[in-house]
Amino acid sequence: MYTYTDFDEKFVRERVAQFRTQVERRIDGALTEDEFKPLRLMNGLYLQLHAYMLRVAIPYGTLNSRQMRQLAYLAERFDKGYGHFTTRQNIQYNWPKLKDVPDMLEALADVGMHAIQTSGNTIRNVTADHFAGAAADEIEDPRPVAELLRQWSTDHPEFQFLPRKFKIAVTGSSTDRAVTKAHDIGLRMVRNTAGEPGFEVIVGGGLGRTPMIGKVIRDFLPKADLLPYCEAIVGVYNLLGRRDNKYKARIKITVSENGLEKIRDLVETRFADLRREFNGFDQELLKTIETQFSPPVFFEASVDGYEAYRAANPAFRSWTDTNLNAHRAADYAIVSVSTKKHGATPGDASAEQMRVLADLAERYGHDELRISHEQNVILPHVHKSDLPAVYEGLRNADLGTANIGLVSDIIACPGMDYCALATARSIPIAQEIAERFDTLKLEHEIGALKIKISGCINACGHHHVGHIGILGLDRAGVENYQITLGGDGAETATVGERAGPGFSAEDIVPAIERLIATYLNIRTDADEAFLQTYRRVGLAPFKAALYPEKEAQNAA
Amino acid sequence: MSRPFAPKVLTANDLLDGNAVWLTADDAWSRNMADAELLEDEAVAQDRLLFAIAQSDVVVGAYLVDAEASEKGPVPVHFREAFRTRGPSNYPHGKQVEV
Repeated sequence: MYTYTDFDEKFVRERVAQFRTQVERRIDGALTEDEFKPLRLMNGLYLQLHAYMLRVAIPYGTLNSRQMRQLAYLAERFDKGYGHFTTRQNIQYNWPKLKDVPDMLEALADVGMHAIQTSGNTIRNVTADHFAGAAADEIEDPRPVAELLRQWSTDHPEFQFLPRKFKIAVTGSSTDRAVTKAHDIGLRMVRNTAGEPGFEVIVGGGLGRTPMIGKVIRDFLPKADLLPYCEAIVGVYNLLGRRDNKYKARIKITVSENGLEKIRDLVETRFADLRREFNGFDQELLKTIETQFSPPVFFEASVDGYEAYRAANPAFRSWTDTNLNAHRAADYAIVSVSTKKHGATPGDASAEQMRVLADLAERYGHDELRISHEQNVILPHVHKSDLPAVYEGLRNADLGTANIGLVSDIIACPGMDYCALATARSIPIAQEIAERFDTLKLEHEIGALKIKISGCINACGHHHVGHIGILGLDRAGVENYQITLGGDGAETATVGERAGPGFSAEDIVPAIERLIATYLNIRTDADEAFLQTYRRVGLAPFKAALYPEKEAQNAA
Repeated sequence: MSRPFAPKVLTANDLLDGNAVWLTADDAWSRNMADAELLEDEAVAQDRLLFAIAQSDVVVGAYLVDAEASEKGPVPVHFREAFRTRGPSNYPHGKQVEV
């Protein structure tokens, strides 16, 4: 894992010291809110419905046990004993007091963390495949380039006042677990005909009020050209992106209004210049970063105990069926820890749970943890012989739910329970859906299904790319939930189709139940997942199930 | 003809902890909406808004919002404002458990 250099350490400490005096001056009245707001946003501090909110960056979703314990400490010392993991692999604290925030940032700096550029019109936390460095299907660990991008983008003088925020995601696998096609820049590692690794560069993806799937601007970019090429893209966007209308300021609009060809020409021209300026220092830096991401020393041990435990313990077997993924090392597994026990708030972890996760990672997981954009926690390197112990440890902390990728593994933004921008609540809907399908005991029969819920059009809950997406709106002073179907955030990314009029908070869960009952009726067999069925049959049968009155009228 | 003025209260977030607060008739900020001054005259409401905005060293983001009179004092009209009087629905945190 990357550890801070003296430069990083000094930079982060200086920012904390600056912010401490800024907070003091705000509290004593020397700074107005208009003066203070851009300063607090630069340091990840928002003001929400009931309190301030501090968004802490977890670069490319990677943590060690020490950092996780520090997040637990912050939750306990400065918050109400929990934190919320987000769809951008960050953690948010919902209840900090203004005067405490500099101390929180200081405590983060103690473990090489910060909240810089988690807000504002800058390049945000770079996200990555949460299985990076562990996945069996990976070309290379994408985190060294993610770290390179983090260093390049942090306090980059040209990119502190972009037209709008800018999000970069990177994956080293052909399976896209980082939603690269819904980012301002998506980087997918591929090989060229000579077998060399490089990137397919995707630009102009994004969700929000105008959802768009990103377009390929470069089929193959040699790895060594990554920084100058990204700098060219962001530079072109910085000049061309609209500043007259906030809703048209993201690069997806710049690309769609100007056309991909024009953007590509401008980027290539700028790239040709920049490439000469990047005379190799970035590649030297990348080499030193890469050494810090060398894989752990995987050990060998018998897996007989694991197999025996699996055979004897149905709950453990069920968990291994849903919560494990193939690891690159023989006899290892990637463990996805669900934060979504039925009825729990998606993405929330208590300080106690964070400590359990840290302990398990330290003892059984080569000291590594990841946060996924699906708001779960990953132990990327666990030897199968340790899985029974890991499972029991998780189960005792209410973290042993066997529901990864199933109907209750729901993404939900904080919604109007916390967020000042929200138009409706998300969390209670997620809780009700999870509890309903737990009661029905249908979850495992339904199989792979991604439900994603956003509490406003900004789509932090990724509803557009949910197999079933739910968007909470305010319709004449009442919460109303719109359904989209057929969305997909993977390498086959698709924006979901709106099913029809929205539902009230009381009617949305029964509506979801009708959708799923329809799917169970019309799927060819249990191997045909919801999304496949949807792609085969289209919207019509689901629409009929959602709006039976309308169907009855049509038949009459 | 313009629509009649709907009664309003002045609300904001406390500078130090971000908690929702409402302006009372005696120029204080209360954490209990029932204490708020119900503003039934548009000119008075605008005047109170200017006063609230000038209180930048105490509160953040003051705005006027619809409210209704009740026996216990002003109550919210919109669900967003109702949530602000209670706190989140997923935990017993915020005003719903504060004294």
